[in-house]
Amino acid sequence: MTPGEIDKIFRDEAGRALATLIRLVGDFDLAEDALQDAFAVALERWAACEVPDNPRAWLVNVARHKAIDRVRRQAIFRGKQQVLLHEIELNAQTVDEPATMLDDDMLRLIFTCCHPAFAPEVRVALTLRTVCGLSTTQVARAFLVGEEAMAQRLVRAKQKIRLAGIPYEVPERDTLAPRLDGVLAVIYLVFTEGYVATEGADLMRPDLAAEAIRLGRLLDRLMPDRGGIKGLLALMLLHDARRAGRETAAGDIVLLEEQDRMLWDRGQIEEGLRLVEDALRVPGRPQPYAVQAAIAALHARAPSFEQTDWRQIAGLYEVLLRISPSPVIELNHAAALSMVDGPARALDLVDAISARGGLRGYELLPAVRADLLRRMGRKDEACEAYHAATAATQLEPLRRLYARRVREMDN
Amino acid sequence: MQYLLMIYQNEAEYAKIDTGTSQKMSAEYEAFTQSIIRNGNFKAGDRLRPTTTATTVRVRDGKMLTTDGPFAETREQLGGYYLIEAKDLDAAIEIAARIPSARVGSIEVRPIWVYDK
Repeated sequence: MTPGEIDKIFRDEAGRALATLIRLVGDFDLAEDALQDAFAVALERWAACEVPDNPRAWLVNVARHKAIDRVRRQAIFRGKQQVLLHEIELNAQTVDEPATMLDDDMLRLIFTCCHPAFAPEVRVALTLRTVCGLSTTQVARAFLVGEEAMAQRLVRAKQKIRLAGIPYEVPERDTLAPRLDGVLAVIYLVFTEGYVATEGADLMRPDLAAEAIRLGRLLDRLMPDRGGIKGLLALMLLHDARRAGRETAAGDIVLLEEQDRMLWDRGQIEEGLRLVEDALRVPGRPQPYAVQAAIAALHARAPSFEQTDWRQIAGLYEVLLRISPSPVIELNHAAALSMVDGPARALDLVDAISARGGLRGYELLPAVRADLLRRMGRKDEACEAYHAATAATQLEPLRRLYARRVREMDN
Repeated sequence: MQYLLMIYQNEAEYAKIDTGTSQKMSAEYEAFTQSIIRNGNFKAGDRLRPTTTATTVRVRDGKMLTTDGPFAETREQLGGYYLIEAKDLDAAIEIAARIPSARVGSIEVRPIWVYDK
């Protein structure tokens, strides 16, 4: 087996192997170190001969022994050593567990990484590092922070798990719903950063979007029949399906109204559409992600920008405003309404939102205003708003888009 | 695990509340304290006199310096604490959220540093 193939197995199994190991050895760092040891052994053995039938079980087993070795070597824990060793050995009796137990491990890991005791950016970093198995370097690059700073952040987070007693558990029934919302927010944060980056030269980071989708699929499998999960997964699939149409080869933004819809990924759209329906069929009140996905579905289904069902889209935004009101949703609602009632009515709404100060610092507000003013033919004000939008973003392709709009108006 | 739940609240605002509200608050504190004693979470707990009574002590180059008032001027001040025993952080957070002052102030939850013997 080639190192590349072995690497792929590591990548696929790392999260799940780690999830089980943490439960077995009761410590994040020890589990991670032991898994690295096991990878080193695997790299040597698997290159020479056959890969075991169940590589994950093999990795967990080898790592467990490596963990025991490590504890024995660490004399500083002398007092606790016997207890810990005993625990690891005791836990090991349950290594050949049914699949449901292993699924629970994965959920434990996800809920721990997304624990509300961590700042949102720490939740995202921990999830990408441990659940998705990205390297610290990759996580650092995803956030455009230095590798050392990211390594520090991860070390501190893992310390907090141990020292503050963050439980390695799936939350109890009565707290599950808000905690699950927290997990979904982390996944969506990863996705949005992949869909439109906050800063830098590239509009998208497809690898992050792919990780978020992978997480969404995993969660949907682990916790089936939840409208929020299915809705989020559908939303991500539908947005991501447009990827090839969203930028030129040179990396410039292609707006929805200009996109070649033949470039959209039809297979992924079909999957997204099925999931939206499943999500909306789940009993209980509609989940915000499911409604957002329903909006994305209307875009995905529309034969052209003009033939989009804007009235229904505006209506769905009104539903969203009722179930999870926010100034960002209001802004989106206004933009959709501009396609039904015209830009003047929408501009009134946008100015009302900004007068309330609800979107201070939200960088897309001046961009939406600029677009409405441009469509109304109020050139000077539109130019001014595009300049404000340019100043508000750190993303190069967006700056180029606004510059292009200003140029187009001059002609 | 043991956790210290530190109760931060704006003293100036708390001083302004009327007797009725203050009595209601005291009753809620009493009920809360009794409930965590019953559940075996309670280790210790006290209310502190306001920061106007505080003295801050430092020793620099062998010399003791005292200043009148708290260590730092902040919007909310440490007004009391509970030392609790809880299974994990989730349990501690759940208890912290039931402290009456959590609705007006903030509760900082800190694990106690336990030294290995």
